[in-house]
Amino acid sequence: MPRLSYREAVREGLREALATDDRVFLMGEDVGRYGGAYACSRGLLNEFGPDRIRDTPLSEASFVGAGIGAAIAGMRPIVEVMTINFALLAFDQIVNNAATLRHMTAGQLAVPLVIRMATGAGRQLAAQHSHSLEVWFAHVPGLKVLCPATVTDARLMLAAALADPNPVIICEHALLYATEGDCAETADGFDAWRPLVRERGDALTIVTSSGSLPKVVAAADQLNRSGIRPELIDLRCLRPLVLKPVLASVQRTGRLLVVDEGWRTCGLAAEGSARRRFRFPMPPTWNRRRCRASNASSPPPES
Amino acid sequence: MTEATATAADHDLALLAQMLRIRRFEEQAAECYMSGQIRGFLHLYVGEEAVAVGTMGCLTAEDRVVAAYRDHGHALARGLPMATIMAEMFGKATGCCRGRGGSMHLFDVGRRFYGGTAIVGAELPLAVGLALADRLQQSSSITAVFFGDGAVAEGTFHESLNLAALWQLPVLFLCENNLYAMGTRLDRHQAMTDIHAKAAGYGIAAAAVDGMDVRAVEAAAREAAESVRDTGMPFLLEARTYRLRAHSMYDPDRYRPREEVASWQAREPVASFADRLRAEGRLDDVHWQRLEQEVAAEVAAAVAAAAAAPVEPEADLTRDLLVKAEPVEVNACPG
Repeated sequence: MPRLSYREAVREGLREALATDDRVFLMGEDVGRYGGAYACSRGLLNEFGPDRIRDTPLSEASFVGAGIGAAIAGMRPIVEVMTINFALLAFDQIVNNAATLRHMTAGQLAVPLVIRMATGAGRQLAAQHSHSLEVWFAHVPGLKVLCPATVTDARLMLAAALADPNPVIICEHALLYATEGDCAETADGFDAWRPLVRERGDALTIVTSSGSLPKVVAAADQLNRSGIRPELIDLRCLRPLVLKPVLASVQRTGRLLVVDEGWRTCGLAAEGSARRRFRFPMPPTWNRRRCRASNASSPPPES
Repeated sequence: MTEATATAADHDLALLAQMLRIRRFEEQAAECYMSGQIRGFLHLYVGEEAVAVGTMGCLTAEDRVVAAYRDHGHALARGLPMATIMAEMFGKATGCCRGRGGSMHLFDVGRRFYGGTAIVGAELPLAVGLALADRLQQSSSITAVFFGDGAVAEGTFHESLNLAALWQLPVLFLCENNLYAMGTRLDRHQAMTDIHAKAAGYGIAAAAVDGMDVRAVEAAAREAAESVRDTGMPFLLEARTYRLRAHSMYDPDRYRPREEVASWQAREPVASFADRLRAEGRLDDVHWQRLEQEVAAEVAAAVAAAAAAPVEPEADLTRDLLVKAEPVEVNACPG
């Protein structure tokens, strides 16, 4: 297994996609000469040329909309939005066009588009550059949402998203780009769309995703030293949200902790907790066994 | 009459017939709305017929057309059968989108007609993307996108003009300037009201034309479309027109002076073109009446078919939400 950084893994995914499918092109702010704000596309302009590695103006609504238009006309665009914070400027195109066109035209159109963006709080970037809004996309029927938290997922989820004829949002966590890990050498048996149990345990079930995974792994190490073995589940795909492995785990451990970088109200943690509650009769002690760890309900301060 | 003048006469009558189809269709749609057969939003194109009819003939079947929410006229002019449009507006399963889109979302991808977009200005980036795909695929198609003067205030207008010019994309931007962004007059929403002049800021060729005169629109649109084809560059054509009905069926229309409406009514495109053809000896009462009868029969048939058609079964609600790329995940929770 080669050892790669998350950033290199994204780049390898992009390179493979561009090399194997002529319909694929990458566009976004500074993806070309600059090499990508997070250096994910460094070197690709020289390799694939300006038609396929397209620098865009700072026009998020329009280059995302152009990605949708190109997708419905037979291309396989990968649109990089520099960060999820800027994706708000393209929210109309994503929610009103990408997510609706298939259904609203009764199947006449498909939108095989991939939109990548960095999500999450980076290093002291203050309120307007620190959002974790991936659940906003996960709320929308017609979209799929992937959150790679490992190097292998960063490398292989892109191909899975491109192979899917629906609009797929890939949220790459800003603090993960520099992390390193072992990367799977092939996509054999790889399934981008399901949760994975990252660590087996029986004391409690911890459900998380994206940039929270390394933090939860570190916390689990501490617990392990105290003789408490939590089971760690990485959701990986927020829409469609597959909860069967979570339910199976909670039935075994009897305790659920959802760790999410997003805000608490109506967030991923609320969803995870609510789904469990709706589907099964609650044991009398359940309320004390179900916790969520989310961000405080305030704009993130720089400090 | 020589062969050339006979062809020209046929062409003129075809333009008139197309405009009349739109006019009578819209009038009938208003009645169907009043009777409750059409619900939701209904934005009529009455008064603006010359723009869609004059431009659509300058496009080929391979070209792509994108419209905004006031899209019935464009759909008819593009060749969508009247019956499937009416059925769509009735919300019936025989509609062009199985009744899911309704009045504002008429799509027929086979005819390269891409809506029907109901967020003002949101259709412009879509058109840029369609043209980008054509450029990357070395296709010779162009993309025509219709939008109103209201869309000019949206950021997507400026972004899309810039992007199309920057990337040298074959987009024909067609601004239907009907003087009002819903109820707000152009000079109350634009600091500079000469819309086509804004194209200069992006290095885009542009022109303005009398949108009440179908011949003038056609001549200007032909020139604009040829420019896009020849240069591969975008073009902005501003058609100055007027809607003779309210913005939508909800609109009490209290913001326009009566004299203003009357002055545009006097120039309305269907009657004025018919008068002109009469004066030129190309149209007589017999022909006009036959045309009216044919159109009335087509409209009546469309209404009857739409009224009799079924609605899509409720069980199909989530059909086509996603393209099925893999077996349905049995335990994926719909949300």
